[in-house]
Amino acid sequence: MTSASIPRWQRTNPVTFVLGVACLAFLIWSFSNVGLSFERVVRGIPALFSIIDRMFPPDLERLPQILWSLLVTFQMALVGCVLGLIFAFPIAVLAADGLSPHPVVKHIARGLIALFRTVPDLVWALLFVIAVGLGPAAGVMAIMVDKIGFAGRFFAEAMEEVEKGPQEALAAIGASRVGLICSSVVPQAIPSLVATSLFSLEKAVRGSVILGLVGAGGIGVELKVAFDLFDYQTAATIVIAIFILVVLVEQASNALRRKII
Amino acid sequence: MLASSSSLSSLVTDVTVPIVQLNGERMADDNSAVLSVSGLRKSFGQRHVLRDVHFAGHRGEALALIGANGCGKSTLLRSLVRLVEPDAGAIHAMGKAVLSLNSSDLKNYRSRVGFVFQKHNLVGRLSVLTNVIHGVQGRASGMRTWCHAFAKKEWREEAMQCLAAVGLADRALQRADSLSGGQSQRVAIARMLMQRPELVLADEPDASLDPKAGEEVMGLLYSLSRDKGLTLIMISHRVEHTIRFSDRIIGLANGVVEFDCRSKDMEPQNLLSFFKGEAALV
Ligand SMILES: Nc1ncnc2c1ncn2[C@@H]1O[C@H](COP(=O)(O)OP(=O)(O)OP(=O)(O)O)[C@@H](O)[C@H]1O
Ligand SMILES: [Mg+2]
Repeated sequence: MTSASIPRWQRTNPVTFVLGVACLAFLIWSFSNVGLSFERVVRGIPALFSIIDRMFPPDLERLPQILWSLLVTFQMALVGCVLGLIFAFPIAVLAADGLSPHPVVKHIARGLIALFRTVPDLVWALLFVIAVGLGPAAGVMAIMVDKIGFAGRFFAEAMEEVEKGPQEALAAIGASRVGLICSSVVPQAIPSLVATSLFSLEKAVRGSVILGLVGAGGIGVELKVAFDLFDYQTAATIVIAIFILVVLVEQASNALRRKII
Repeated sequence: MLASSSSLSSLVTDVTVPIVQLNGERMADDNSAVLSVSGLRKSFGQRHVLRDVHFAGHRGEALALIGANGCGKSTLLRSLVRLVEPDAGAIHAMGKAVLSLNSSDLKNYRSRVGFVFQKHNLVGRLSVLTNVIHGVQGRASGMRTWCHAFAKKEWREEAMQCLAAVGLADRALQRADSLSGGQSQRVAIARMLMQRPELVLADEPDASLDPKAGEEVMGLLYSLSRDKGLTLIMISHRVEHTIRFSDRIIGLANGVVEFDCRSKDMEPQNLLSFFKGEAALV
């Protein structure tokens, strides 16, 4: 058999072909519909540079105030994340195959996790700002709910994936469900649980910056005010401070992950 | 129950009535049985794995269950603690009608039955001592049973004694996944001892071990159950283990007990031909 006798292309069936063309058409339409045109980008570049130009040198006058806001932002992320993880764990147990006490409970728990995960944290923040008023408390609650959705899903998966043998051995002894989870499932899942928790914290820190934009407290409020007042030099300080915080948290989290796993 | 096998004579030299010899005294009545199984049936879909199983075990006796792959030995052993639910029949163990226990009585019953699996089933990330302490979960619960650091003083002492009994006291604080296969299986035995069982079931504990470690583990199970007066039911595919480490051998084939005889009367040759399914035995 020579290579010439092997067709270069496989025959596609008509349905696949039509679907493929439709997807391509949709993609092209998407480009035109979002108004992203070449000349607009080109015209935007000088404006972008002029903003960046006006950002320098960063204005350090409000630095103490900014650092304080940054600390509040981090604390908001930390508290929201810890609360989220604490609630995520039992919900994950109820949602995990083989650990859930009843299929109905499992479906309710999974539905809850899916709801918390699919609604963006910004939307939760808007809701909580209305419910509990402006300020970090609303941010904490938004982060908490978002983290229940994120960590709940990964906690449940981690606990489903552990080796079943040790569980079976304890069940054969007549151990309780709680005993089984705490002495066999959780110890085996610890590396995943820790990794998920650290990712949650990183995500929470990044997310908490944005939440201020809708009034849920933290440095986001400062950033919005600076931009609204065209005070680009102060905005630069804030952006750099956020950048440093996020990088620090990611580095610390990586170091911890390496140590524990 | 013991009389279910009538095909013994071809196998065994001097036994005509299947009476069990135990510590020199004859035990003919089933009332002394710590375990009796009758008419046990179990099918998986169309597969009738256990058709009509009868046998009994006496206090302190070591039984070996043998049979070809897939003949239902594991199914039988698991049925005894209802890890598999039998379709019909009766199991009486330690004065309880096992198949009619409710879930809390079942837990209580299971806590008195030790189970050693082919796999050691230890939690690798935890210490050896913690794994042994998990054995108290049959009779106790709560945070103090999860980890040796929280455990009651008397549990830690008992666990150390169990580890000493399997010769691994010096490994107590090592992680379980740092042990060899044979050592892990011995820790699993220590965990089982921690349970203070009256009946011990062992499903091919030697299967994944090298010959030396396998022999150690089987010998340990046999001598421990001897010393503590425990009833032992074990499965092994190794003919020499089956004969050496049991008092009685029960042969399973086609879903029924084919023979039931004293180990010391069993010729290795006969056992081998039983495994091969040769006609002379049936
Ligand atoms: N949960 C199950 N579902 C369906 N079939 C099963 C199940 N458990 C066991 N079986 C079937 O029942 C039969 C007996 O299995 P069992 O494990 O009891 O055999 P065994 O005598 O222990 O074999 P081996 O010597 O290989 O360990 C096998 O054919 C197996 O496929
Ligand atoms: Mg088996």
